[in-house]
Amino acid sequence: MPEKTAATTASTGTETVTTTAAAPDTVLVTKAPKARSLWSDAWHDLRRNPLFLVSAGLIVLLLIVSAFPGLFTSASPRDADLANHYLGQPNWSHFFQPDWFGYDGQGRSIYSRVVYGARASIIVGVGVTALVTILGTLVGMIAGYFGGWVDTILSRITDIFMGIPFLLGALVVLTSFEKRAIWVVILALVFLGWTQIARVARGSVITIKQADYVVAAKALGASTTRILTRHVLPNAVAPIIVVATIALGGYIAAEATLSFLGVGLAEPTVSWGVDVSSGREQLRNAPHVLIIPSVMVSITVLSFLMFGDAVRNALDPKLR
Amino acid sequence: MAELKKTNEAVDATPNVSEVETVEAATEEAAVQAIEAPVGRGEPILQVRNLVKHFPLTQGILFKKQVGAVKAVDGVSFDLYQGETLGIVGESGCGKSTVAKLLMTLERATAGEVFYKGQDITRLSGRALKAVRRNIQMVFQDPYTSLNPRMTVGDIIGEPFDIHPEVAPKGDRRRKVQELLDVVGLNPEYIHRYPHQFSGGQRQRIGIARGLALNPEIIICDEPVSALDVSVQAQVINLMEKLQDEFNLSYIFIAHDLSIVRHISDRVGVMYLGKMAEIGTDVQIYDHPTHPYTQALLSAVPVPDPQMREGRERIILTGDVPSPANPPSGCRFRTRCWKAEDKCATEVPLLAVPERFKGQDTPAAHESACHFAEEKDVVHAA
Amino acid sequence: MTIIEETAGVPAPRAGGEASGPLLEVRDLHVEFHTRDGVAKAVNGVNYSVASGETLAVLGESGSGKSVTAQAIMGILDMPPGKIPHGQILFRGQDMLTMSNDERRKIRGRKIAMIFQDALSSLNPVLSVGYQLGEMFRVHQGLSKKEAKAKSIELMDKVKIPAAKARVGDYPHQFSGGMRQRIMIAMALALEPDLIIADEPTTALDVTVQAQVMDLLAELQREYNMGLILITHDLGVVADVADKIAVMYAGRIVETAPVHELYKRPAHPYTRGLLDSIPRLDQKGQELYAIKGLPPNLLKIPTGCAFNPRCPKADDICRTEIPALVPVTEQDGSELPGRGSACHFWKETIHG
Repeated sequence: MPEKTAATTASTGTETVTTTAAAPDTVLVTKAPKARSLWSDAWHDLRRNPLFLVSAGLIVLLLIVSAFPGLFTSASPRDADLANHYLGQPNWSHFFQPDWFGYDGQGRSIYSRVVYGARASIIVGVGVTALVTILGTLVGMIAGYFGGWVDTILSRITDIFMGIPFLLGALVVLTSFEKRAIWVVILALVFLGWTQIARVARGSVITIKQADYVVAAKALGASTTRILTRHVLPNAVAPIIVVATIALGGYIAAEATLSFLGVGLAEPTVSWGVDVSSGREQLRNAPHVLIIPSVMVSITVLSFLMFGDAVRNALDPKLR
Repeated sequence: MAELKKTNEAVDATPNVSEVETVEAATEEAAVQAIEAPVGRGEPILQVRNLVKHFPLTQGILFKKQVGAVKAVDGVSFDLYQGETLGIVGESGCGKSTVAKLLMTLERATAGEVFYKGQDITRLSGRALKAVRRNIQMVFQDPYTSLNPRMTVGDIIGEPFDIHPEVAPKGDRRRKVQELLDVVGLNPEYIHRYPHQFSGGQRQRIGIARGLALNPEIIICDEPVSALDVSVQAQVINLMEKLQDEFNLSYIFIAHDLSIVRHISDRVGVMYLGKMAEIGTDVQIYDHPTHPYTQALLSAVPVPDPQMREGRERIILTGDVPSPANPPSGCRFRTRCWKAEDKCATEVPLLAVPERFKGQDTPAAHESACHFAEEKDVVHAA
Repeated sequence: MTIIEETAGVPAPRAGGEASGPLLEVRDLHVEFHTRDGVAKAVNGVNYSVASGETLAVLGESGSGKSVTAQAIMGILDMPPGKIPHGQILFRGQDMLTMSNDERRKIRGRKIAMIFQDALSSLNPVLSVGYQLGEMFRVHQGLSKKEAKAKSIELMDKVKIPAAKARVGDYPHQFSGGMRQRIMIAMALALEPDLIIADEPTTALDVTVQAQVMDLLAELQREYNMGLILITHDLGVVADVADKIAVMYAGRIVETAPVHELYKRPAHPYTRGLLDSIPRLDQKGQELYAIKGLPPNLLKIPTGCAFNPRCPKADDICRTEIPALVPVTEQDGSELPGRGSACHFWKETIHG
């Protein structure tokens, strides 16, 4: 019967890891008889995908910049030298120097502000995505798994939130706060953004709950918690992750937009959105003050979109 | 594996109080004890009485009102004896899979009783129900969807032990899982692999190993080989027969393939539109069928033997199976039956030994739900 | 009735194109799929032919290449990952693999039609069956809406759908499985093709309905004098309708025979194993004979005869040399027309 009697020395420590719901992506594949999971297959594809490599590289760079901005510039983003640097032009050859990207209307180094501003974008993007994923998955999973009136109520609530125009809703919510710290912006975006994930989660849970392996677990007498965490969630998680990574870029853009409109982050917080907003004033004579932080936002958003796309293709090869 | 039964005390020591609602603690205790008691070979272990399952058809989104019901199972009775295999055959929509779900308490019966060792499992809950679930297991049709693709084989076969920890102590589980793999003919080294690394037949073996893990008394097999290749079907059937002897199992074997059912079953029940048309031993049903539906079904089976085929009478039924939401009055088969008369439209034929064969010592004297039951051999060449 | 001409592994040079030749001839066809894990060799040199009015059953298990061959004929292979590195598919003597897209389109759909296993997913759920049937006439024959509808009703009558006139506007989900399969047959018949390829046409149906559909197919084939390629894994279904059978294993034809002969005296251990492993309806057997082992992995087909790891007769030669499909003869050397076996030990298998 067994075609390969060779010892299957696959997956170092997988069996202990899989007890936590979404962790089987840590499978380490060794030689011949591979213990191939969905995630290791996806990784195999991703490693060869230039789109993924470029976007992942940019994202890693962004994460490092936002964690250790001091490594990339010696100048402080808040040091203003109006006398010497008012709207100083960029010096493209001065790599990593404070005057690389020039100076803004208050004589602050734009390069330094770009470096320090990354943190706000990443915190908002990652924070919103994490909270939205947790909240949306929870709501979607409960609605999809239990069905009936629970589903009816939760789905209607989701619909109501979906009906609120994102930007208008955020404007209304944020203008009602006087002091807008970063967590206020995050919560406002979560408040309006969780519905997308909830829908995706509900859809995939409904498909999965009818699968025979869920029926088999029920027949064994498994508790609902066990079925949800061991069977439903691990199988529903792939599309949720894809939607979440793609949405992450959107949240970063949303933060910039709201800051630009004056209802998001505000001085003295250093953020790209804030800089775009202040750059507007000197658009005519010093366009670089606005363009450089805008380009940063675009590159970041694009990286996350490409990353999400690559992950989706790897997880669901049928889409290609 | 037999010694596992002794660890029941562990359950009793940790009662799950929160779930005890419908049954009082004392009666539940009695139920659990009854469920754990052994049953002698040849005695009924499962008695199904007048089992009914209707799925309501509703209209409206907010205020649902019932507009009808799909009568998936509509009054089915049979016994399963310890150590035997009862085959249940029928076409799609006859309710055979719903019967399996009801026996597994995956669906709540609309009416009727299922007695497992004297306890009506349709009314059990909590600890007693969990004890029943340990003893009645299931093997599914599709080996591709019945195994969680995100779990390793070791986790899949070990899951029953996680749910019923009293069966195997934690340190012992890995060994038990490997033992089970060995029992079903798979390499015990495979426990770290994922289901998609196996072929259909191997996956079905994994499914069987999971079913065996808790050392159950009854295994309900819902089309266990119909998704497999012909050359692999025989391997799985042989394995199931071997396991039955080894672990003293009783099988309910649900299938549409009549040849396979004959091979594995001691007794066979034929279902049509939610009702049992005929039930008897394999010889009674296959060689001496008295219900016209059974006869038509048997005659329609394509036989891989042209010589035998040519000598056989073929009854080709007209039309399709009617919808179970709106079954014909009286005898449900009458719309496709060549013998149907007025009586068939008004009187529901009961499942009983037909009057004309009563008291006779002939294989035709078995239960058949037809007003005009008549013996007819359609399987053997004339 | 023509029989399979090429019994050896190499295609025999034959003048094609004349009306007397076979309708469809597959010569030394190879199909492979390039996957993440390597090259899966799905079809490895298949030869078969069908004449008008003839039924060829292609029998095999999953992964035997029986469906892939049909998909290659119909031009519905996914390419990539699929690839046809080698081979010819001759329709009335013309190689469909080398002709232009336009020419090919004229043949596929019009001259060759296909019936699939799953009728529900092959029909468009949002269009009425009458519309879908009529589409064939509107697109290919330029008939008006009214004429097309009349033709649709005629076709539905032909495949014995009761009350065709009343049901022509119904949607696929309103029909039962058997009726849907009849609609599929009607669609295949619409343009009166010369050849129908039926891929597991009754597998999804109940036994009592299976018989009806198979009978219908056989009857229509006689009426239209079509060629029929019936692809199936069910030895029982084949026995009822086929004239000749080709048994496939791991992308090769391992045995060919007229239908009765095959069941009576199989000349390949695989065929014999398959026949022995089916339980009988008319008696209760002992333990079933089971072919040991697993179906072959197409990424790693065993060397020599692909069946050797599972074969009770396997010897050293089976592990090194691929057996060619050779003509099978009677013990005294007299010919057995149409019979061939790709086994080094065919003599022992059929006569032993």
